Amino acid sequence: MSKQILISDPTLRDGNHAVRHQITKDNFAAYCKAADAAGVPIVEVGHGNGLGASSMLVGECLLDDETILRTARENLTRSKMAIHAIPGFCTIHRHLAMALELGVDVFRIASHCTEADITQRHIDFARKNGKEVYGVLMMSHMASPETLADEARKMEAYGAEGLVIMDSAGAYLPADVTRRISTLVDSLNIPVGFHAHNNLGMGIANSVAAVEAGATIIDGSARGFGAGAGNAQLEVLVAVFQQMGYSTGIDLYKMLDAADLAEKSIIPSLPYISSTSIVSGMSGVFSGFIKQVNRVGAEHGVDPRDIFFELGRRNAVAGQESLILEVALELKAAKAGEGAQYA
Amino acid sequence: MSKKTRVAILGTGNIGTDLLIKAMRSEHLECALFVGRNFRSDGMQKASNLGVRLSDRGIEGIIAQAADIDIVFDATSASAHLEHWPALQRLGKTVIDMTPAKVGALCVPAINSAQILTSGAKNVNMITCGGQASVPIANAIAAVQDDIDYIEVASSISSRSAGPATRANLDEYIETTEQALLQFSRAKRAKAILILNPARPPIDMQTTIYAKIRNPDLKAIRASVEEMMARIVAYVPGYQLIVPPTIEGDKVMTTVKVLGNGDYLPRYAGNLDIINCAAIGIAETIARQGRE
Repeated sequence: MSKQILISDPTLRDGNHAVRHQITKDNFAAYCKAADAAGVPIVEVGHGNGLGASSMLVGECLLDDETILRTARENLTRSKMAIHAIPGFCTIHRHLAMALELGVDVFRIASHCTEADITQRHIDFARKNGKEVYGVLMMSHMASPETLADEARKMEAYGAEGLVIMDSAGAYLPADVTRRISTLVDSLNIPVGFHAHNNLGMGIANSVAAVEAGATIIDGSARGFGAGAGNAQLEVLVAVFQQMGYSTGIDLYKMLDAADLAEKSIIPSLPYISSTSIVSGMSGVFSGFIKQVNRVGAEHGVDPRDIFFELGRRNAVAGQESLILEVALELKAAKAGEGAQYA
Repeated sequence: MSKKTRVAILGTGNIGTDLLIKAMRSEHLECALFVGRNFRSDGMQKASNLGVRLSDRGIEGIIAQAADIDIVFDATSASAHLEHWPALQRLGKTVIDMTPAKVGALCVPAINSAQILTSGAKNVNMITCGGQASVPIANAIAAVQDDIDYIEVASSISSRSAGPATRANLDEYIETTEQALLQFSRAKRAKAILILNPARPPIDMQTTIYAKIRNPDLKAIRASVEEMMARIVAYVPGYQLIVPPTIEGDKVMTTVKVLGNGDYLPRYAGNLDIINCAAIGIAETIARQGRE
């Protein structure tokens, strides 16, 4: 029997990063229908940073969480509906309880890769309510394989039924993925998953490396629609896994149709690896920063690449968007200082 | 010389231990008892070296020594405070709650220490570290703009400075900070975000306050924030305005940084300092009033 790969599709969540969280209600409905028809097992929806994250800090969402969840629920019959939730942005009372009530099937509770203990109560809440729960470690390139395994074991102990690591900055090369996934597979008794970003063009290659190292959950978005350079392109993953003899349970033609629909009606400009994305991947900084870095760079006449490398030096993590302006102003001042010396 | 007011500190984590060092330096306070659960904890060891009287019996330790205590700081967790409060109330002690349990009156010394005193509140809640850093700015903006639609506050603190209770209380942190923002800014909506930042070396505590205002009067806002800064710096010396109120699209954005005094944890842990300086500030105010 061929090995089963569980595909989780964050097109309507990570893709929201690419359009400043402006995915419309019609788009949610249309893509949910198409993914459902293709038999995509899990469809993740929401603001790019998940439940309760619509904010000035990371961007206000066109739709509120409730509208997104209701729309997705109405249009998903076979596929499970998933949310991404980061404690610190969302609370159990206000957000997880609502998600439960609106029929979310899969709760993906996420934290920065070294902060798993903030997810304990949220994982526990979703499990106690009988939901499927995954622990998600973001920005996983910032921790060693051993540290990741320690953090993953905490999430397993809290009740997570699967553990997904995210390459949030698109910083991994395949060998990095192999090391981390094998360590996790050896350390855990629950399935291990991988979520790629394509900053260095490694989205598919890294997902393949993850599966070969024992991962059984893989995230991919239609046309790669996601933050920065995008995610692993889902329809390519489905095709590649089919060629490799793995089973995803997804109907290839219908998945290709869903991706065509996404390109035609949802994605204003297809993800590509911009020069800034490359720098984001190299500096290991969350690719969701790109739009703000470009804007602040343009406003203040500072090279966005310089901003990225400086953010990387300061170990900036998602949620520290306010650092962008600070760094830009400092670089600008430093540059003005240099100019003054020669004046 | 008048006798110092005797305080007990319940909770020997980052907050409790830092509070101990600050209380020992106070001209108005002395630490009569430092109470935890485990003599081997880092905080207990530190307190032991400082020659402070210790107990490992939790709330029972306070009850046993009640006659020697005037004010109790509860530096445990929100859920533990809900259990401690009825016992402390029976003892008739003034309690300064460092947890986001929001049982008592919300207190920001720069804004309402006088009201807290006249109200005679027995349970004074210190909100949260992010609340102490942001609520005064929100309040200063509200003093010159009565039309704040929305206020949002995002704080980053170093992962190292967030102990187990802080980590378990993220939801209470958010709810309590939001309640304080609404109360002191009269904004229609409020949102609080807390990011634990694992960067090494640890990052300094930083808080950004966004206010959505239809017609912002930037000059008036800046003047009001400057005035508030002076009131905060009086009890939190490391409080700094790093991005003064600035118009960014449809919002006014202000960023502050809090450098700690380096008492228990190094200076990056401004989050410990701002809430503890605020708590010591209100405790000293209560102590001075008690002796008048």
